[in-house]
Amino acid sequence: MIRFALLFLLAAPALADSNLPPSPWADRQLPDARQESAALALMQDIRCLVCQGQSVADSDAEMAGDMRALIRERIAAGEQPAAVRTWLIERYGDWVSFDPPVKPLTWPLWAGPLLLLAAGGWLAARKLRRRR
Amino acid sequence: MIAEAGLAALYLAAALALMQLAVSLVPALAPQAAQVARPLALAQGLLTAAAFACLIVLFVRTDLSVALVAANSHSAKPLLYRFAGTWGNHEGSMLLWVTVLALSGALLAVASRGIPERMLGATLGAQAALALGFYAFLLLASNPFARLDPAPVEGQGLNPLLQDPGLAFHPPTLYLGYVGLSVAFSLAVGALITRDVGPVLARAMRPWVLGSWVFLTVGIAAGSYWAYYELGWGGWWFWDPVENASLMPWLAATALLHSVSVLAARGGLRTWTMMLAVVAFSMSMVGTFLVRSGILTSVHAFAVDPTRGGFILALLLIYVGGALALFAWRAPAVGEGARFALVSREGALVLNNLLLSVILAVVFLGTLYPLMVEAATGEKLSVGPPYFDAVVGPLALLLMLLLVVGPLLRWRRHEAPLTKWVAPSLLAGVATLAATIILAPDISLLSRLGLVLGVALVPASLMPLAGRSLRRTPLATWGMAIAHLGVAVSVIGMASDSAFSRERLAAARPGEQLAVGPWLVAFNSVTPVAGPNWTAIEAELAVTQGGSERVLKPQARTFTSPVTETSEVAIATAWNGQLYTVLGRQSGQRWQLRLWWKPFVTLIWLGAGLIALGGLVSLIGRGWTNRRTRRRLAEAEL
Amino acid sequence: MKRALLLVPLAILALFVAAALWRLSSPPDPTIRSRLAGQPLPAFSLPAAVPGRPALDSAAFADGQPRLLNLFASWCVPCIAEAPMLLELERRGVTIEAIAVRDRPEDVARFLQRHGDPFRRIGLDTASKVQLSLGSAGVPESFVIDGRGIIRYQHVGVITAKDLPVLMAELEKAR
Repeated sequence: MIRFALLFLLAAPALADSNLPPSPWADRQLPDARQESAALALMQDIRCLVCQGQSVADSDAEMAGDMRALIRERIAAGEQPAAVRTWLIERYGDWVSFDPPVKPLTWPLWAGPLLLLAAGGWLAARKLRRRR
Repeated sequence: MIAEAGLAALYLAAALALMQLAVSLVPALAPQAAQVARPLALAQGLLTAAAFACLIVLFVRTDLSVALVAANSHSAKPLLYRFAGTWGNHEGSMLLWVTVLALSGALLAVASRGIPERMLGATLGAQAALALGFYAFLLLASNPFARLDPAPVEGQGLNPLLQDPGLAFHPPTLYLGYVGLSVAFSLAVGALITRDVGPVLARAMRPWVLGSWVFLTVGIAAGSYWAYYELGWGGWWFWDPVENASLMPWLAATALLHSVSVLAARGGLRTWTMMLAVVAFSMSMVGTFLVRSGILTSVHAFAVDPTRGGFILALLLIYVGGALALFAWRAPAVGEGARFALVSREGALVLNNLLLSVILAVVFLGTLYPLMVEAATGEKLSVGPPYFDAVVGPLALLLMLLLVVGPLLRWRRHEAPLTKWVAPSLLAGVATLAATIILAPDISLLSRLGLVLGVALVPASLMPLAGRSLRRTPLATWGMAIAHLGVAVSVIGMASDSAFSRERLAAARPGEQLAVGPWLVAFNSVTPVAGPNWTAIEAELAVTQGGSERVLKPQARTFTSPVTETSEVAIATAWNGQLYTVLGRQSGQRWQLRLWWKPFVTLIWLGAGLIALGGLVSLIGRGWTNRRTRRRLAEAEL
Repeated sequence: MKRALLLVPLAILALFVAAALWRLSSPPDPTIRSRLAGQPLPAFSLPAAVPGRPALDSAAFADGQPRLLNLFASWCVPCIAEAPMLLELERRGVTIEAIAVRDRPEDVARFLQRHGDPFRRIGLDTASKVQLSLGSAGVPESFVIDGRGIIRYQHVGVITAKDLPVLMAELEKAR
């Protein structure tokens, strides 16, 4: 069922590419492995603004490259990943992060699984007890 | 002529489905409904298969006077893609869907010994009602046989990303799974109508659930591997809405598979099993709707169309709503099964069902939550891999823990201590925990627990076979052991990939040497190459992991019509994992190379293969046992 | 209690169908808007995009006069379509500052020569950094900045003739 018509997704940014090479840190890893893995984890959580189904880590769009560069530079400068994420959310809204923040609007999302587990367990236990 | 024949066959099949439905609706005919419906279902299956064969012929011959062929095919394509292109588009894949639906109905009508006649009549009626809706959808909103006048000189070609052997394999297997579940749905509806929910129904339903589940497993695994090598991102699962749409029916079918065996063996979990049977096929329809309507943003784009989406939504509402209403009405009348203690095989299976259902609910909720929030408040929100990993991960680990002990428990009530049986797993788990803490202190908790539980499950999955005469062990038990071993293998692969993968990005000049993990990669050269409908830049990489050298040739391809850029990854598979290489853009004298070392990533798909194999062995075993039982009964009667 | 429980699946189905129907009837809007409306312009200082022109500094905005900040690029085709509208705005007395995104001075100069130059200052944003700090998701985009340097309004995409009154009104409000 998964069929790939990436055609549109790949072709659209290609049409709008600038004449400049990608940013220096778009496709270069940070020398510090710890920082790089922190940056990579964040890049995988940040949604590409151009090809909207992808993370900036996966996207070939130029803007995704600029966002990777921005993330790597800020992490290299000692900023915490959470602070970089907040900075991006302040500008683009919760949409930009694949990790939904915990707030009243997302309580059902985070509490739902626990409630379901509890409710299901309670129902099953009640049934078992009654039948004994 | 062929196109008209195909269309006529479809109309005829629709008419037969209408008759089949009508027969089951007339109360006076109920006792004979099954007898009348049987040949109708058979003829319907054959007619739809004939229509599908017509479409295949049109595609293989590249008959451009048919609009669908002209829009999606090209005479210069290789035979395999002209053939597989039949379902590489909306109309063709819907026809495939309907064909599988009708053939399932026909098979049910033919191989229905052991199902009470009244229940079979109602079941075939439900199956006909399902088929009728999808015939209507095909004939009214997506006719695959529409003509184009005048016929164009050449077709528009198939999307290059679909020109892959994956297309020949992945959609048909997945559809067989999706649509095979329709029989479980119809059987549940039939049983609810005739108020006859019990072991007989479970035994009739089980092979359908098993078979569909095997196909779903294979289809999802194939799709995952296809995405892995086609997209060039090094990932094998993205928690993308389209992927989730295929996972949801699998989760429901897995739960159903386990609950139906409680119903078959002990007569328990009656209402719950009916619920799951309805939910499983409902999830197939939800998946089809999500994917075709394009209401969610996905990296796997389909030919989406809101109007057709509306049609599928209406069908979904009628069938799922109808079945759920019937369920709510009849469920109180469905009797309770045999009793059991909490610590028993049934108890473990109840827990298994609880965990699988919560995982299903989480995937459903996470996939649709952004839509619901936007509908209610206008806020845009993303729910992606971090959420699913954080929530599904722990639930899946609990399920693994359960898997270590569950299959060892006795039915009804377990009292004997399990220490002897669990000891090997405990030992393996503790050893793995110690080893990972010493050797890999930095990996994430989820990966570490995945490795520990995966390794612990290897001996545990084989335990049900221990201490028995292997020749006398039923095939179904073998199947269970193999499938559970597959889960262990798959989880080890997933955990290893996420814990130990190494990535290397480099802007390299030809002649440079790069290292990633244990591999040395010599970047020898780049050369332009050309294919039938593309040109590409090809890198030559000589790669070695200490032993003999291999040559990998990743490409950056540009397809000519329509202009599309893709990257063709090159992968070196070794016993201990895969080296995954991607060629990126040129900047000056340098080329962007993306290299991944993925230790034991292959275990993910190997494990999925074992899971499917286990299902298959079980299916064969059940079929064989059923036949033997029937023969014995027949002999006893004589 | 038990009866109610049996109706839960139907309720979930109803919820799903309702959400799906809503989406089918109001197709998704892919534009990502900046969240910075109502907040001060982030601090930045960009070099001049064209030799001989003044550079662009965020400090220049808080001088009591509202203005338009236009993000464009010489390689962006829709920006060509927008150029006449910007000229028209300038003719009506609007001060327009500009940021050229991912561009080269010679390309910007050629673009201005060919499509007109309504800009007072043009900053060069080579790595889209200022664009990202503004919460902008592409070019062309325009922001209305009031006299105290607060972002008042964002226009995403090409400015067409029918957007002019809206922009003029927003600029008037920002006064």
